[in-house]
Amino acid sequence: MININEVIETNSMIEQMNLDVRTITLGISLLDCIDPDLEACKDKIYQKITTLAKDLVFTGQEIEKEFGIPIVNKRISITPIAIVGSAACKKPEDYVELAKTLDRAAKTVGVNFIGGYSAIVSKGMTESDRIFMESIPEALKVTDRICSSVNVGSTKTGLNMDAVRKMGDIIKQTAELTKEQDSLGCAKLVVLCNAPDDNPFMAGAFHGVSEAEAIINVGVSGPGVVKKALESCHGADFGTMCETVKKTAFKITRVGQLVAREASKRLGIPFGIVDLSLAPTPAVGDSIAEIFQEMGLERAGAPGTTAALALLNDQVKKGGVMASSYVGGLSGAFIPVSEDQGMIDAVSDGALTSEKLEAMTCVCSVGLDMIAIPGDTKPETISGIIADEMAIGMINQKTTAARLIPVIGKTVGESAEFGGLLGYAPIMPVNSFSCDEFVNRGGRIPAPIHSFKN
Amino acid sequence: MKKAIITVVGKDSVGIIAKVCTYLANNQINIMDISQTIVQGFFNMMMIVDLNASGKSFDVISEELDQIGEEIGCSVKLQMEDIFNSMHRI
Repeated sequence: MININEVIETNSMIEQMNLDVRTITLGISLLDCIDPDLEACKDKIYQKITTLAKDLVFTGQEIEKEFGIPIVNKRISITPIAIVGSAACKKPEDYVELAKTLDRAAKTVGVNFIGGYSAIVSKGMTESDRIFMESIPEALKVTDRICSSVNVGSTKTGLNMDAVRKMGDIIKQTAELTKEQDSLGCAKLVVLCNAPDDNPFMAGAFHGVSEAEAIINVGVSGPGVVKKALESCHGADFGTMCETVKKTAFKITRVGQLVAREASKRLGIPFGIVDLSLAPTPAVGDSIAEIFQEMGLERAGAPGTTAALALLNDQVKKGGVMASSYVGGLSGAFIPVSEDQGMIDAVSDGALTSEKLEAMTCVCSVGLDMIAIPGDTKPETISGIIADEMAIGMINQKTTAARLIPVIGKTVGESAEFGGLLGYAPIMPVNSFSCDEFVNRGGRIPAPIHSFKN
Repeated sequence: MKKAIITVVGKDSVGIIAKVCTYLANNQINIMDISQTIVQGFFNMMMIVDLNASGKSFDVISEELDQIGEEIGCSVKLQMEDIFNSMHRI
């Protein structure tokens, strides 16, 4: 039988160390909503989402209450809209209409984000992919709850450099259109390489075409719990420290597994995966950077940070894998700058540069995330940064992402305010030497040699 | 069996256990295990209870325990046992 010390441990994780389930994300296939008539397509999408997800928020709240664990977000991911809208949408404005429909559906069912305003163009773009990508800036301007992503490469296909180049322009346009809110639109737009089909976390969530009709994916969190556990490890060797992270990750993930199973049972929708992620928030004590400090680094970004992140990411996976029957999504440690108070401080103090962050993305679960850059950064330069990040993913057979926010009207020394979980970010300098000729070449970077495993 | 855990955390005073137990008895909630300890100067009590025979829903019991907590100046929480089993038992 459970004893009092175990009860106290669990509850202090929740009450004092910010343990929570970060998201229950309901993945919904919209493939059966494809229709050559735009109005019919909109109707089908709205009906399907509001029917399947009608109890999602309520069920999430019920589970929160019964188990006493906060579930921060209830969200929806959908089939990439570039596919769903390909028959109906002849111009970018048509896709924007779909975005408005999705936004309306999200508001009706009460979810805070809906992900999947997306295109998968790892190898090439169809005409409708191109039209879709051009709709992104306006779609993000006129909606509140849409998250958009574009997958521009994979280890199997190489990098679609035409798409990489185009995304530089799209990001810049999105920044311009949402400049009144510190270019907030870009905080909801991510460029990916090797994007997983079952990621529950925004902004990169979508319901891949390999997925079932509907599925429940859960993202766990808990950097504060890991930090607290490491407080007892000062002076201990790496073996002891790794074991501590692993055990803690196991416990955190077990809660995610329980919530996923319960949500699946109550909603009558199959359980997909648990994403074993350490996802920080701007709250003090809920930070990845603070874990580094606990490990013995003065600030995130100090020499040793990449090694610290590598071991953290690996131990989280090792502990989490045994705790859940199906693991997927992004699984690992996130290092979004604006969403992590310790990372913000490290940037403000000059300890953490964008180049160091790029190195860290080789060993973390995602990539250059929530990084505010000067508003006058050229689209070509943004494409160059994306290309670097995508190359890391392609060569290392991992997911990488770039969520860059050129904050229009602001420059280094100032900061951008996004509010809520998206936090705020000091604007980081960008290397100003040109990459124009390189990124404007067009075409593809071929898949790496180690992708030919057949 | 619908097992739940009640935790009472706060400043120690006379009658805490009596008050909570009276409520449970009045609502046909059986106590299966009870233990208490002091952590960092705070009174901590845990009970494993069976909600099956109670006519009230989880939500109502949870809210009423919350009210009792306010009366006695403690935090009284009701949680399904599964979260603790999940975390601490393989």
